[in-house]
Amino acid sequence: MSRGGVVLGVMLALLALAAPWLRVHDPATVHRDHVLAPPMRVHVRDAEGHWRWPFVRRLVVTDRLSRTYEEDATGTRPLVGATSRATADVPWFPLGTDALGRDVWSRLVTGARLSLGIAALAALGALALGIVAGGVAGFAGGLTDSLVMRACELVLILPGLYVVLALRSALPLVLAPMALFTAVSAVLAIAGTPQVARAVRAVAATERDRDYVMAARATGRHPLAIFLRHVLPAARETVVAQALLLVPAFVLAEATLSFMGLGFDAATPSWGTALQDAANVRAIAEYPWVLAPAAAIALTVLSLTLMADGRDIPPAGDRL
Amino acid sequence: MEYARLLARRLAVSAGLLVLATSLAWLFARAAPGADADAFGQATSAAASTADRAQAGMDTPVVAGLAGWWRSALRLDFGRSIRFQRPVGPLVAERAANSALLASVALLLGMGAGLPLGVVSASRRDWRRLAIRIASVLLLSLSPLILAILLSWLMVRVSPGGSVGGDGVAGGNAWRVLLVPVASLALPLAATFERIQSRALRRVAGEPCLGAALLRGIPESRVRWRHAWRLSASSVASVGGVIAGAVLSGALAVEVVTAWPGLGRLTFEALTARDAPLVAGCALATAVMVSLGALCADLVSAWADPRLRGRR
Repeated sequence: MSRGGVVLGVMLALLALAAPWLRVHDPATVHRDHVLAPPMRVHVRDAEGHWRWPFVRRLVVTDRLSRTYEEDATGTRPLVGATSRATADVPWFPLGTDALGRDVWSRLVTGARLSLGIAALAALGALALGIVAGGVAGFAGGLTDSLVMRACELVLILPGLYVVLALRSALPLVLAPMALFTAVSAVLAIAGTPQVARAVRAVAATERDRDYVMAARATGRHPLAIFLRHVLPAARETVVAQALLLVPAFVLAEATLSFMGLGFDAATPSWGTALQDAANVRAIAEYPWVLAPAAAIALTVLSLTLMADGRDIPPAGDRL
Repeated sequence: MEYARLLARRLAVSAGLLVLATSLAWLFARAAPGADADAFGQATSAAASTADRAQAGMDTPVVAGLAGWWRSALRLDFGRSIRFQRPVGPLVAERAANSALLASVALLLGMGAGLPLGVVSASRRDWRRLAIRIASVLLLSLSPLILAILLSWLMVRVSPGGSVGGDGVAGGNAWRVLLVPVASLALPLAATFERIQSRALRRVAGEPCLGAALLRGIPESRVRWRHAWRLSASSVASVGGVIAGAVLSGALAVEVVTAWPGLGRLTFEALTARDAPLVAGCALATAVMVSLGALCADLVSAWADPRLRGRR
C-alpha cells in the first residue's frame, strides 16, 4: 500500500512539473461556445466503423438554456500527431469545461503547481523553523526550552485552521497571486512550526545526553557542529514523518482558504478556487466534472497518507 | 477527591489560555489592515460607524481598549458586533450551541465507531485489519471539506428539493438537516480515532503486564478489550482531547458548505469583517471549547492510569 502511495505521489508531482506541456488550452481562456461542456468522449472508430488513432468529435450546443451538447460527426480532431488546418478549430476538453467555459483539465494541471507548490514550500518552511526552534530548545534546555515549548503548546492547542485564518486575515484581503503564494506559504509554515518543533525537541533532548554527544563535546567541538553532525541526523525519521503529516494538511488548508475566498482569487487556477464552482450543490448534480479538483486533492492526501501508513508501527500480532 | 487537584490545575491552565487567546485575537483583529475602515457590506452612516467603533473600544489606545473590553467581559457584557449590529454574547452563544450540537453528535458517532475498529485493526493480521485500514485511509483522504460537497451532491440526487444543513435544527425535521453535516464530520473523525487507537494499542502491546495476564490464563479477548485498551486509553485521550476541542469550536469547512450557522462560520465572518468585539467573543468561545476537550482528556487519562491521579 505504501508503494502505491509513492507511485501516486510521484505521478502528481510530475503532473505539476509538466503542467506547461500537459495543458491543452490556456487556463484563463474562456470558450464561450462551450460553457459547462461535458468531458469529450475519445473515439477509436470512425463513422464507417474503421479503426483509427484516438480522436474526438466537435461538440455542438443543441440547447443553450439547458446546456446540452451533441457530437458533430463532421468535425473531428485526432489526438495523436499534428492537427491539420481543418481540425485545429475543434477544441478538445479532456475533462469538460467549467461555468465560464474554461478547460477543467488545463486548470487542474496548472492549479497543481500552485496547490502542491504552496504545500511543499510551506512544509519546507515549517520543517526549517521547527528544526531550529525544537533543536535549540532541546539542545539548550533550561529556560529557553520552557519558553519555546510553552509558546508552541499555546499554538498547538488552538484549532489549526483558526490560527491560519487569524494570521491570514491580518494580511490585506486582496493580494497579487505571487505575493499571495508567498504570504499563504508563510502563514501555513508558521502554523505548522510548533508541531515540528515539539517532535524535534523530543529527539534533541534525548540525544543531548547520549555518550557520543558527550564525547564530541569533550573533544571541544563547537555546539553547532555537534548539533548538525550528531543530533540532526538522529531526528531524520521524525522529520520525514512530520513532513508526511504536514503536506496533506497544507494542501487541504490551501483548498479551504481559497474556497472561502481568502486564498487565490477566482481567476487564478488553484484547486481551492476550482472548488468554489463545486460548492453550488445543484450545479454539480448536473455537471459533476467540475468536481475534478476535489478528486485531485483527495488523491494527493491519499498518496501521502499511504506513505505515512507504511512507516507506522507494525501490528501487535495474533496474541492480543 | 483525588480528581479535585487535577481539576484545579486544569482550570488554572484553561484560565490562562482563555485570557491569552482572547486578548491575542482582539489585538489581531484590531491591528489587521482595514480595521480602520467601515466593516464592509454595511450601509452604516459615518456617525453610526464612529459610534460603533467608540463602543467597541477601537478609538482608544490599544492597552486601554483591551482593558476596557475585559472589564466589561467580566460582567458578561461582550460588546456589540459591528458586522451584525447585535450584542456579541447572545450571538456567539447561539452559534456555539449549533456547533456544539453538530460536533457532539459527530464525535459520539466517530468515537463509537473508530475506537473499537482501532482495537480490532491493531490486534488482527487478517482481512479485517486490511479492510479497516483501507476504509480509514480513504476516509481520511476525503476530508470533511470534500466529503461535505460530495454528500450534499448525493443528497440532492437522492431527494431533490430538500434542504441540506441550512438553518440549524430550528426548522424541524432535525435528522434530515443534520444528516449531511454530521456524516461529513463523523466519517473522517471515525477514521482519525481508528488510527489513533490502533497506534496506541500497538505501542502498549509489548508491555510486560499484558504478557503476564495472558500467561495467567486470562482469555485473550478480555486482555485485549479490558487491560490493553485501558493501558492505551490515556494516550488516545491526550490526542482525542485536542481533536474534540477543535471540532467543538466549529467545523469551518463543513459549516460553510452545508450553510450550518455555527461558530466556525461566525469566526470566519468576524475575522474577514475585522469585527474586533466579535472576534474576541468567538476566540473566547473557542478557548472554552478547547479547554473542555482538554478537561475531558485529563479525566479519561486519570481514570485509565491511576499513576496520573496521585502525583502533584
